[in-house]
Amino acid sequence: MTVAEAAPPKRRVRRRRISRLKSDARFAWLFLTPGAVLLLLFVIVPFAAAIWFSVTNQRLISPLPTRFVGLDNYREQLGDSLFWTSMWNNFRFAGFVVPVQTGFALALAVMVDQNVRGRVLFRTIFFTPVTVVMAAAATIWVLLFNVNGLVNGLLELITLGSFSPDWLNSTTWAMVAIVVVSIWQGVGFQMVILLAALQDVPVERYEAAAIDGAGTWQQFRHVTLPGIRNALVFVLTVTTILAMRLFDQPTLMPRSPGGPLDTTRTAMVHMVDLGFGRQAIGRGSAVAVIFFLIVLVLTVIQRFFLREEINA
Amino acid sequence: MAVTTATARKVERRRRHERAARPGESTTKRWILYAIMIALAAFFLFPLVYMLASSLKPDNQVLANSQSPEAFLPTPFAGLENYGDAIDRAQVPRVFLNSVIISGLIVGLGLIVNSLFGYALARLQFTGRNILRATIVALIIIPFEALAVPLLFMGAEVGWLDTYQIQILPFIANPLYIFLFYTFFLSIPVSLEEAARIDGAGPLQIFTRVVMPLAKPAYATVAILGFLFSWGQFLWPSMVTRGIEVRPLPVGVGVFKTTPPVSWGDIMAYTVLMTVPLLVIFVVFQRQFVQGVASSGVKG
Repeated sequence: MTVAEAAPPKRRVRRRRISRLKSDARFAWLFLTPGAVLLLLFVIVPFAAAIWFSVTNQRLISPLPTRFVGLDNYREQLGDSLFWTSMWNNFRFAGFVVPVQTGFALALAVMVDQNVRGRVLFRTIFFTPVTVVMAAAATIWVLLFNVNGLVNGLLELITLGSFSPDWLNSTTWAMVAIVVVSIWQGVGFQMVILLAALQDVPVERYEAAAIDGAGTWQQFRHVTLPGIRNALVFVLTVTTILAMRLFDQPTLMPRSPGGPLDTTRTAMVHMVDLGFGRQAIGRGSAVAVIFFLIVLVLTVIQRFFLREEINA
Repeated sequence: MAVTTATARKVERRRRHERAARPGESTTKRWILYAIMIALAAFFLFPLVYMLASSLKPDNQVLANSQSPEAFLPTPFAGLENYGDAIDRAQVPRVFLNSVIISGLIVGLGLIVNSLFGYALARLQFTGRNILRATIVALIIIPFEALAVPLLFMGAEVGWLDTYQIQILPFIANPLYIFLFYTFFLSIPVSLEEAARIDGAGPLQIFTRVVMPLAKPAYATVAILGFLFSWGQFLWPSMVTRGIEVRPLPVGVGVFKTTPPVSWGDIMAYTVLMTVPLLVIFVVFQRQFVQGVASSGVKG
């Protein structure tokens, strides 16, 4: 921990270290207090409150007194098909977006890691949509996915007019449109993280592999992938959590939030609808707690299967 | 993870590219790569070109043009008329200022609060340090959405609805940013701080004079991440604000949705106004950002 100095007599070192610890501890409080107070007030207390509200019939504004209802809110949600529809929508979105977006990001990162002219320009272009806030991105794509919009114009050209769905009003295609927007807007960020990891893989390993006669694919499989393992795990975990939180796109893109016919209703849309739209804080909190547990379990499972290796 | 200095990185990159450009590499392969990258660039850029072109033409021409190549051209040219309309209808000066105030304070105060916390965890000796570190890691998993409903209730109880503070205070301290600072501070060689300590500097002076200048990439990364996140916030402001007085830009889009004849030109002008500030910031600072991600703990 400390750098060895020319050894002074033992006792003095000791005294100095003790006084150092004391002054450190004093300053530590100074450094920690602002963050600790804010985290306590705005993360820990609300989280505890969410757990408490979820076992009461709390409402946003209500003349009736709040009453303890036990696990009624949970029972009600778990028996409600709307809740399960929302969960199913979350899982089908995440199940598709997480692998596809991560694979796409890796492909982009490998491309801009090649020795080609203009790779910085391409990297910048691929990242640009990340700077477009989701509310703006969703709005632009609503217009693009209009039944008479640009996307259909292109598709009609390619399929000779046989395929032009009304994307955002279709129970099949609305979710697809949301997937496209999410990937378009988010993939550049994963690319940057994976690119940084690619550039950290020591060249010697590639050279050694080449000497052993490994081709491009074998080098990718046995040098690149193990070399960026930790970054891949990070990207997969974060993308999963963000995918589960899906809210902005299904709220902004269909004609009504979560529509049409609840085919884009996600857990978060459901929660906000209950807690804010219908002012049922208790029921909304129950959804929040269930949602937290699911994300927690997913994160733990992912960590378990994709254990990080210290010296990958 | 090993700390690579900038020069070592450069040498490494040169070697890498020499390797990549070995004579056997065919030019056909290279052209295929270019073709793919140009196609992808088109995929990422066409919505933005379309947005810009649409914002400069009459409202009724936006959809009419969108299945012809004219979709990408500002024809017929309407000048800045849509911008004028969008600014009036959505009260852009007000909403824009709100966004600047909210994001500016979240990011600025957040940098101070989170880096101080991260530094204490990384370098200062105090009892309970390990427990505190584990707590921070656990807090990262709690999604804000799970806190939104009780926070809304608490905010309503203390009369904070439709205020700036309810949009700012919950987002200053952030366990993820604390953790990023913590891992970055751990990677700085401790010898410089020891030297300053021997010269008689206290922890606060060491932090401001030695550590902060060394940690510029971490500050840049957290600032950009924080700005991207707070500028785009939609869920929370739409829950806690009703009037235009304290609403930020993303929620303002709603103004155009409720009015029956959809003026796509105005809407596209509004999205341009919402997008341009971040785009400019990113293009100017992109090198620092990419390096910051590379050198901070973001990549795991």
